Amino acid sequence: MREKLQIAGRVFQSRLIFGTGGFTSLQTMADALKETGAEMVTVAMRRVDPMAGGSILDVIDAAGCDILPNTAGCFTAADAVFTARMAREALGTEWIKLEVIGDDRTLLPDGPELLAAAEQLVDDGFVVLPYTNDDPILARRLEQVGCAAVMPLGSPIGSGAGIRNPYNLAIILENAEVPVILDAGIGTASDASIAMELGCDAVLVASAMSRAKDPVRMARAMRMAVEAGRLAHEAGRIPRRLYAEASSPTEGLAQL
Amino acid sequence: MNVKLNGEPHQLAAGASIPDLLAILGFAAGRGVAVAVNGEVVPRSEWRSFRVTDGMQIEVLKAVQGG
Repeated sequence: MREKLQIAGRVFQSRLIFGTGGFTSLQTMADALKETGAEMVTVAMRRVDPMAGGSILDVIDAAGCDILPNTAGCFTAADAVFTARMAREALGTEWIKLEVIGDDRTLLPDGPELLAAAEQLVDDGFVVLPYTNDDPILARRLEQVGCAAVMPLGSPIGSGAGIRNPYNLAIILENAEVPVILDAGIGTASDASIAMELGCDAVLVASAMSRAKDPVRMARAMRMAVEAGRLAHEAGRIPRRLYAEASSPTEGLAQL
Repeated sequence: MNVKLNGEPHQLAAGASIPDLLAILGFAAGRGVAVAVNGEVVPRSEWRSFRVTDGMQIEVLKAVQGG
């Protein structure tokens, strides 16, 4: 029996969390979502635009997925806490993907603000999944204040630069007792596989699909990559060696 | 009376409720919408009884693609 992803007591069959940012149409998003088999889907909270057509919630409901609202665009703990409360009121979920960003250019998390917001939201009864730097100490602090998972970045949001610091990620994975979800930086299928091979419990993918030339096909690739990476992790990779190790028998060679 | 609705000035009749505000935005009071007044969330159960007063800053948010 294979172990399933479990976050805050909820069990998931899929280890891919679907980020909805960047899809050019709701139809493409819906088609991609179906290909991934994801069961949890992110949304952002923004001012109501009466001109906007279609509802992302209809698409998510039709797919039978859970909604994971985020606090994208927040620069302070106060803004993030406010946005999380609005999301809870609007969507009826206590789950929140907490993002508190330091600046517009890097979109990197602001550690002190992130930790302050996480602590407040946990106290407020939220299931907090913080988007964090690949910093083992910050990840530990977030876990200590009661976050239900930690979501370290591979590289900056939308950069597609993959996992820049697999060693830090390995330390986070070794220490964490909550699920570790790689968030941000995945550029193509192999990046998702590497995250899973390293032992991540799940990955969140958005831009790598939504901005691909063929988002639906990339969504399928991501599903396979996550599955392959997880299987390889469970199977256990061979150690890396500097020199060869023969795979054919070394005995019984012909004497010529 | 004058209020700010999602950053834009609006004139409202006295005694307007939250559903009246949503009507101005052309938005049905459906799922996926949250309202805050002066930075505090107004629970859906209080939308009808809540009375908007002069000078209030109102934010109406909904779920969109992102993340």
